[in-house]
Amino acid sequence: MSKIQRIVILGLILFAIVFPLISNNDYFIHVMTLSFIWMIGVYGLNLLAGYTGYLSLAHAGFFAIGAYSLGLLTVKAEMNFWPALLLSLFITGVLGFFVGLISLRTKEHFFAIYTLCVGYIIYLVIDKWDSLTEGVRGLIGIPAPANIGPLTFETLRSHYYLVLFFLLLVVLIMYRIVHSLSGRTYIAIRNSEDLAQTIGISTMKSKLTVFVISTVIAGLSGALYASFVRFIGPDIGSIAIVFDFLTYLLVGGLGTLSGPIVGTLLIVVLSQRLQFLQDYRMLVFGPVLTLLIIFYPRGIVGAVAAWGQKRRSSVHKTRLNNLPEEQVKEG
Amino acid sequence: MEILVQQLFNGLTIGSVYSLVALGLTLVYGILHIPNFAHGALYMMGGYITLTMMTKYGFHYWIAIIVSILVVGLLGVLMERFVFHPLREAPPIHDKIAAIGILLFLEAFAQFVWGAEYQSMPTPYGQVVEIFGLTFTMQRLLIVIAAIVVMILLTLFLKKTFTGSTIIAMSQNREGANLVGINTKKVAMLTFMISGGLAAIAASLSAPINLVFPGMGHLVILKAFVIIILGGMGSVPGAILGGYILGFSESLGATYISNDYKDIIAFVLLVIILSAKPTGLFSKGGH
Repeated sequence: MSKIQRIVILGLILFAIVFPLISNNDYFIHVMTLSFIWMIGVYGLNLLAGYTGYLSLAHAGFFAIGAYSLGLLTVKAEMNFWPALLLSLFITGVLGFFVGLISLRTKEHFFAIYTLCVGYIIYLVIDKWDSLTEGVRGLIGIPAPANIGPLTFETLRSHYYLVLFFLLLVVLIMYRIVHSLSGRTYIAIRNSEDLAQTIGISTMKSKLTVFVISTVIAGLSGALYASFVRFIGPDIGSIAIVFDFLTYLLVGGLGTLSGPIVGTLLIVVLSQRLQFLQDYRMLVFGPVLTLLIIFYPRGIVGAVAAWGQKRRSSVHKTRLNNLPEEQVKEG
Repeated sequence: MEILVQQLFNGLTIGSVYSLVALGLTLVYGILHIPNFAHGALYMMGGYITLTMMTKYGFHYWIAIIVSILVVGLLGVLMERFVFHPLREAPPIHDKIAAIGILLFLEAFAQFVWGAEYQSMPTPYGQVVEIFGLTFTMQRLLIVIAAIVVMILLTLFLKKTFTGSTIIAMSQNREGANLVGINTKKVAMLTFMISGGLAAIAASLSAPINLVFPGMGHLVILKAFVIIILGGMGSVPGAILGGYILGFSESLGATYISNDYKDIIAFVLLVIILSAKPTGLFSKGGH
C-alpha cells in the first residue's frame, strides 16, 4: 500500500466515523447504514464472482437465510441477539457448505444456472413454509441487538456504528485474504482452473472455502439487515436482490477491493437522487450494467487504476502498458 | 381417470410452451455458447407486443403474432450485434452479466410503457369444444397444434435448407464453419432472430390462458434453463423432449402432490440432475 492510499483510507474511515456527528439528518444516516449492510453482502459476492470467477446467483438466498435465521432465533426462540447472530452465521455456513459441495462440481454456465435455481428454491421455501417463516406476511418485531455491557444499540446512531464496525471487519478480512497465498490461489483458479490444478492447487478445496466464506458474509449482511429494519419478508430472497448486488459490484469493479464500496455508495446515492424513478431505475442501471461489462469490465475502480497506470507509464516513457488496443479479432 | 386425462392434456399445453421457449434458448446456446438470461424478457416483450397490436391497433390475433415475431426477432438481432458480438472474446462471466443487464432494462421498460398491472389478452378462440366426452378450450388445442407445427417447420428448416444447415454447422464447429466460407456473423444474427421469434410465438400463444405482466418471463426462463440442461445444452430434440417432460411432471405434480409447490418441481429436478451429472444429461463432450 502506498502512502497516499493509506491516507485516503484513513480519511474515509474518519469521515465514516464522524458522519453521524456532523449530519443531523436521520434519513441520511439510515440510508448510509443500509448501504453499509449492502456493501457487506457485495463483498461476499465479490470474493466468489470477482476473485474466483464463479458467478453465484444464489446469494440473495443466503442473505435471506442469514436474515431469517436471526429473525426466527430472536423472535420465535427468543434468544439473545449475539448468540443468535453467531448461530445464524453458522447455519448459513453449513447450508453454504452443502450447496457448495454439490454446486461447485459444475462449472461456468451450469454453475450460474444451478445457483439461480438454488436461490429460487430458497425463496420459494421461505415464501411457502407458512408455519415457520410466516410466509408472505413476513416476520415482524425482530429486536435490536442486545447490549454489551454499557453499549446499547437502541438508537439509529449506535446501530450505524455497529454496522460500520462489521463492514470494516469484513474489509479487513477481505484485504488479508486477497493478499495472502490463498487469495492468489483463488485468482489463479479464476484465470485458469486447469492450469491451477496442474500446478498442484486443490481447486475443489479452495473453491469450497471461498464459497463458504462468501455465503457466511452474505448471511452476516442479511442478519444485520434483519436487526436493523426489524421486519423481513420473503422478497429479500428474491432474484432481484442478487441483481442489485451484481449492479453494485459491477459498477464499482468486479474483483477489486474498493469496488463494492464505490459501487454501492454511488448507486445508492444516485437512486436517492432519482427517487422519482424508483420503479424505473433499472431503465438506467440495466444498460449501464451492460455497457460497463463491454467497455469497462472492471468497473470504475478498474478504469481509474488502468488510467493511473497508463499515466505513470507514459511519464516514465516506458509505454509498456500501452499495448495496441485495436486488435483485429475475426472468426 | 377423467382428471388424469385432463391433466395430461394440460401438461401437453404447458409443455408445448416450454418447448418453444427452450428451443430458442438452446439454438442460441448451440451457436454462441452463452446462456441468454435475457430470453425470458424477450418472451415477455412478445406477449406485450401482441397484446398492444390487438387492443390498440385492432389487428387480428394472427397478424398481431406476426408483428410480434418480427419485432422481438429484431430485438434479438440488436442484442447480438451490440452486446454479445463485442463480448465474444470476453470471459464467460461477462456475457451472463450483460444479459442480466438487458433483462433488467427490458423489464423496467415494459413496466414503464405498459404499467405493472396484470393484463389479460383477448382471444378469438375462447369457445369450448368437446372431444370424447372431455372438454377442452380451443385456445389450449391451438397452443398444442401451433407449437407442433412450428417445431416441424423449424426442424425442416434446420435439416433441409442450406441456411438451416449453416446454423447446425456453426453449432458443431465455429472455426470450421468459418473456414468453409459460412458467414458466421450472419448466422449468429439469424439464430438470434429465430430465437426471439420463437419466444414471441410462445408468449402470444400462452398469454390468453395466463396473463401478461412485466415479470411473466421469470419462471418460464428458469424452467427453460432446466429443460435445456435436461435435454443437453444446444440440442434441438432435447429441448422439445425436455419441455414436454417438464410440462407433464408439473401438471401431474400439481394434482397429485401439491399445487403450492408445483413450481419447485422443475428446480428440484434440475438440482438432482446436476448433482448427479454436473455437465447435464446427454451432454456432448468438448464443451
